[in-house]
Amino acid sequence: MVGKGQTERFVSTQNASIIKNNTAALIPISMICVLGFLWALFAASQGGDPVIAPHAYMFMFAFALGIFALVYGVVEHKFVYNPYEYDDSVIRAGVIATIFWGIAGMLVGVIIASQLAFPNFMYFENLPWTNFGRLRPLHTSGVIFGFGGNALIATSFYIVQRTCRTRLAGGLWPAFVFWGYNLFLVIAGTGYLMGITDAREYAEPEWYADIWLTIVWVAYLMVFMMTLVKRKEKHIYVANWFFLSFIVTIAILHIVNNLSMPVSFFGAKSYSLFSGVQDAMTQWWYGHNAVGFFLTTGFLGMMYYFIPKRANRPVWSYKLSIVHFWTVIFIYIWAGPHHLHFTALPQWTQTMGMVFSIMLWMPSWGGMINGFMTISGAWDKFRTDPVLRLLIISVAFYGMATFEGPLMAVRVVNALSHYTDWTIGHVHAGALGWNGMVTFGAIYCMVPWLWKKKDLYSLRLVEWHFWLATVGIAFYAAAMWVSGITQGLMWRAYTDLGFLEYSFIETVKAMKPYYIIRTTGGLLYLTGMFVLTFNVYMTIKGKGDAVALDDTPAPASKPDPTAIPELVAGE
Amino acid sequence: MTNKLHDFMEKRAFALLFGIIGVVSIGGLVEIAPLFYIDSTIEKVEGMRPYSPLELAGRDIYIREGCYLCHSQMIRPLRDEIERYGHYSLAAESMYDHPFQWGSKRTGPDIARLGGKYSDEWHVDHLTNPRSVVPDSVMPPYKFLATTKLNYKYYDKNLIANRRVGVPYTDEMIKMTVSDIQTQVDPDADDFDGFMARYPKAVVRNFDGNSEDITEMDALIAYMQMLGTLVDFDIYEAKMYDNER
Repeated sequence: MVGKGQTERFVSTQNASIIKNNTAALIPISMICVLGFLWALFAASQGGDPVIAPHAYMFMFAFALGIFALVYGVVEHKFVYNPYEYDDSVIRAGVIATIFWGIAGMLVGVIIASQLAFPNFMYFENLPWTNFGRLRPLHTSGVIFGFGGNALIATSFYIVQRTCRTRLAGGLWPAFVFWGYNLFLVIAGTGYLMGITDAREYAEPEWYADIWLTIVWVAYLMVFMMTLVKRKEKHIYVANWFFLSFIVTIAILHIVNNLSMPVSFFGAKSYSLFSGVQDAMTQWWYGHNAVGFFLTTGFLGMMYYFIPKRANRPVWSYKLSIVHFWTVIFIYIWAGPHHLHFTALPQWTQTMGMVFSIMLWMPSWGGMINGFMTISGAWDKFRTDPVLRLLIISVAFYGMATFEGPLMAVRVVNALSHYTDWTIGHVHAGALGWNGMVTFGAIYCMVPWLWKKKDLYSLRLVEWHFWLATVGIAFYAAAMWVSGITQGLMWRAYTDLGFLEYSFIETVKAMKPYYIIRTTGGLLYLTGMFVLTFNVYMTIKGKGDAVALDDTPAPASKPDPTAIPELVAGE
Repeated sequence: MTNKLHDFMEKRAFALLFGIIGVVSIGGLVEIAPLFYIDSTIEKVEGMRPYSPLELAGRDIYIREGCYLCHSQMIRPLRDEIERYGHYSLAAESMYDHPFQWGSKRTGPDIARLGGKYSDEWHVDHLTNPRSVVPDSVMPPYKFLATTKLNYKYYDKNLIANRRVGVPYTDEMIKMTVSDIQTQVDPDADDFDGFMARYPKAVVRNFDGNSEDITEMDALIAYMQMLGTLVDFDIYEAKMYDNER
């Protein structure tokens, strides 16, 4: 594989002895910790309401830990660094966090899937936190924001350094972003179990967690921007356009969608600023673009680095990447109303949502084509390198999901598919197939590079993971297609006499076999995740093929081949 | 031209940032902003009122337990839905909903017009153990609601928060919050008439059959028994110009 020892330092080694001290970020970060601690102290003692108390104590603990870490770092001189080396510690932590949240989120997914298949499973009538309604947000947030979010932060930090040939900006801020983001995840996840939610799908955390995420996210944007600003490359590489659009658009979406009025400044409950129609439109403008920018453009950023890198081929078309970048981000924003077809949302908004959803098909496929064609000339690796195969199959799933999406956004199709499992199947084809597989590929690429190993512990295990995941998705998606279309048709079935043929509960009963198949699919996918965990663990330990590489870095004589658009074929 | 523009931005981080912000802002502005000032977005109907404090507390529980993840509150204007659930939902019916609860999935049926369809006793049995009344149900049990006392001593603060975001709660409503909660579970209460004047069409009953305490079960059932009952459809004219959307 690509010897990563060569690119770890980006200027000649005579600079390697330069050591800088990292103090600029100390004051603002410690201010944030102190202010956060004080707020949590008031919330815990004054008791805006008793519900918030556990979170107040968690915040106090986290901020105290943060202050302790800062003091310890200063006293023990832990914050020195070589400005000519890449900042990879936060990325290594990010890879581990990605795996942790992946297992947690997928495990909860399997649990709630089996609750629907076997409703007497996990039947605890006096334990509210075991119920589907509280566990489901834990599953969605766990996989989207825990697994996906940590993967995005880790890979964006990895890629932006390599493609800009410079160290991450901001000194301690990248670490703040990582730990702050994971604190947010813990607050969000435990909140759902305690019933703290503002009922906005994929944005359920309450107002104080939202404010905390805003602080962390602005820091993330600043780190990323400032790294771009001090880059040593003339051009900004395509992956970074996608990451930048993901970070800044998520900031806008998050802030607007979560506008709300807390009942008390030290209490958990809040009521959203908007109501009814306007609230629904704002929520699905957010909800659809969480898919569009979190799960699409962010992950396209990953694709645009790891596929060229792993296949050792330049990106197929620079021009296509420009066209599909700007069209994807422009059109995606309009597509939200397709979640509200036939609702009380005005017709004109629904129509706009449908039209733009159909228009979105081609720009989405622009990304798919660019991903596929990048390995043309290296198709043999598709057979021999299971990691590259994961990456390419993820692009295939991306293409399938972005074809199915516009189809389901058509009003007549949506009349059947809406409110059914078809939507769930569609989401999982995208999430398990595209986001999951591309993340697995990125992890398998990065782990040997980050821990300076020759290769992964075992490519055979990657092969196993690939098949477990693929078969799992096939079970899942097929079951949900059948159940969704079946239920949609049963709801609208009439007898010859003109009566509705099925009561609602008969349509629920008909779902049972599909729910069991779905659970099996999820279980296979989760098993694949355990295989990945084992493989990564053994790689870090240096077992099998993961022979430790010589740690002395060679000077980087040549820039990253994927970094420079001028070198791209097709130009 | 556009190639040159991209080339310019590709070499300047802040130009790229502001280019992205500009491009992603358009869609949201065009689709969301007009909903706030086009009058016909919300129909003109008779009967909508803010939730009574007990109903609002029930709604908080509905949100807390994640009921919206399996039950929609949005009946679409399709023949089978109208026959199954009742008149299609109007925008006006969720005008005081902070947040909206239209839902996105029907693992269970739509409940936009659940009010009055089942008895209180049925709801208590169903929430305690769904499969005791619907054998094929996949719903989880909510037995704990019946034994959890409703925490309503300072519930006026929740009404104030709602007023701040635009729900027309009067000073009197806010002042009477605690009393109104107690009145709604007790048909013999002194302030029955005053309560009914503040919240017309409200259902006043001891919902959970337990007269000792006001429980979360009371609140949730009070909320479910009023769902979809407020708008007077006898005088609603769907074909009136103002209501054509």
